[in-house]
Order: sequence, then structure tokens, then C-alpha cells
Amino acid sequence: MGTSKFAERYDRNFNTLSRGEQKTLGVSKVAVIGLGGLGGSVCEMMARIGVGHLTLIDGDIFEASNLNRQLLSQEHLIGIPKAKAAKKRVNAVNSEVIVKHLVEYIDESNMFERIKDADVVMDCLDSIDTRFKLQDAAKKASIPIVSGAIAGVTGQVTSIFPGDKGYGLIYGEKSRKQSKGVETRTGNMAYCALFVAALQSSECVKILLDRGDILRNKLLIAELWTNTFEVVDLV
Amino acid sequence: MIKIDLKLFVTLSKYLPQDSECLELSEKTTVETLIADLGIPFKLVKLIFINGKRQDYKYQLKHNDRVGLFPPVGGG
Repeated sequence: MGTSKFAERYDRNFNTLSRGEQKTLGVSKVAVIGLGGLGGSVCEMMARIGVGHLTLIDGDIFEASNLNRQLLSQEHLIGIPKAKAAKKRVNAVNSEVIVKHLVEYIDESNMFERIKDADVVMDCLDSIDTRFKLQDAAKKASIPIVSGAIAGVTGQVTSIFPGDKGYGLIYGEKSRKQSKGVETRTGNMAYCALFVAALQSSECVKILLDRGDILRNKLLIAELWTNTFEVVDLV
Repeated sequence: MIKIDLKLFVTLSKYLPQDSECLELSEKTTVETLIADLGIPFKLVKLIFINGKRQDYKYQLKHNDRVGLFPPVGGG
């Protein structure tokens, strides 16, 4: 992007971000795993903030039941792969972002390959066992994870660095084989998904810029019926 | 006797007793006995935090402790 166009696009990011920090984001690589309620909103924010390289992965297609909360879902996109819609949206918002989209589910066989070049991995998955596997792959690749999870109007956010106990402290090691949490009983509300996605995006920017306080070994818990917000020390 | 402030999250909230913000308990009550007395299935509690710090079942509750019990939240 030309200097004047760059300055104009990101004008309202300054001076919260310096021009140098904006350029750092522009050369940063973020992988977004899962493009539902959390991941779709994370994509939107990454594109607008100006993260230069995005890898967007989800094997799922949009269904009518996604419309209540998933920012990328639209009535005319029912049946369309989420990763395809995400790429289109990012391109429409910020054509400078280089997007790689993959219509596939990640598992142990492809996980490491898909994330190994990223600076940060955004865990926007919807199953606990796959979150543990992603943590293992990110540890192997020496990449931090920013994790968000939601159930109803309750959300949680943490950042997990290679070597941290991470999900073992939150779910317990015995949950490695547990697929779903209480969200199967509560569903998920749009404002909770977007709220948690925003916190994840904030964590991502802080990690990329090495700035601010990061939720490392801490879990931010938010419960929106009672306006309960707590940062729990995990260690 | 001691008094604690108890918060139960998401699906655990149905086990919340009356006066949960000022719940009276006998001294030397542990988190484990609290969970059992409230009738909460142990497998539903994944994270216990007291005064903003993660603790385990064996933690002995103290007067004025802020206690949170959290289930597995995994949705995206």
C-alpha cells in the first residue's frame, strides 16, 4: 500500500498504535482455527486492524442455526463453506491482507503443517479435545495460542505459550478426550461471541506487538447476566 | 462458623443456595465437602477459584473467601 493510502486507512488506529507498530501488524501472520461465532468475528477484526497475513481454517458450511450469532453468516450463504465466506469478507474489508483459506477440519494429521508458519494461532474451535490437540501442535511449533470459548452468556479467554500447562489447568488433563462442554445445553448468544472474539483480538495484538498485559497463565471469565468479570490466576 | 461469597457459573447456577453471597459454613469446610453438600456432580466442576486464584478440591475455606466454581466451557 502506498504511504498516503496506508496513513489514511489506519488513521484512526494512530496514536493508539504507532506507525511502526502498524507496520509490524502488517507483516504478522495469524492463523484462525474455527470460523464460527468466535472465528468469524476475529477475522473481521484482524482485517480491520491490519494483520497482514491470515490463514483461515474451517471445514464446516453455514447453516440457518448459525445466523443468530455468526457474523459471517447470511441467509444467502447457507450451505457455503465458512472459510470461503471468511476469505471473501476479509478481502472486501482490506484487500492488502494476504489470505489463505482452507475448507477442511484440522486434526492431528494436518494441524502442525497448517499452523507452523504463524506468529499467533487463534483457537476459535468448538470442541475441547481438539483444543488440547491444537495446544500440543502449537507447542511443537513454538507458537502462542489465544484461546476463546463460550457457553450461553459466559465466556473465557486466555493466552497459552509453548510450555504452559494451558488447557490442563482450565479443563483438567482428564478432559483431553471430552468433546463438548456446557455450551451444548446453553447455546451461544451473539453478543457474548463478539465480546469474547474482541478480547481474543486484543490479546493477539498485544502478543504481536509485545505490549500491554497478556492473559498468560490467567483466565478471564465473563458472565453477562450478572456482569461478573474475573481474571483468575491459573498458577 | 465462617461466611463465604459463592458464585456458580453457567449450568452450575441451578445448584446455587439462598444467601450465596453470604453463605454460612462450618469451619474447616473444604471445597470438596461444599460441592458434595450442594449436590453438584463432581465431574461438572472443572475449575475452582478462590479470591481470584485457581485452587483444588482440598482447599480449606476461610472466612470472607470469594469462591467460584466453573464448568467446562468449550463453544466457539
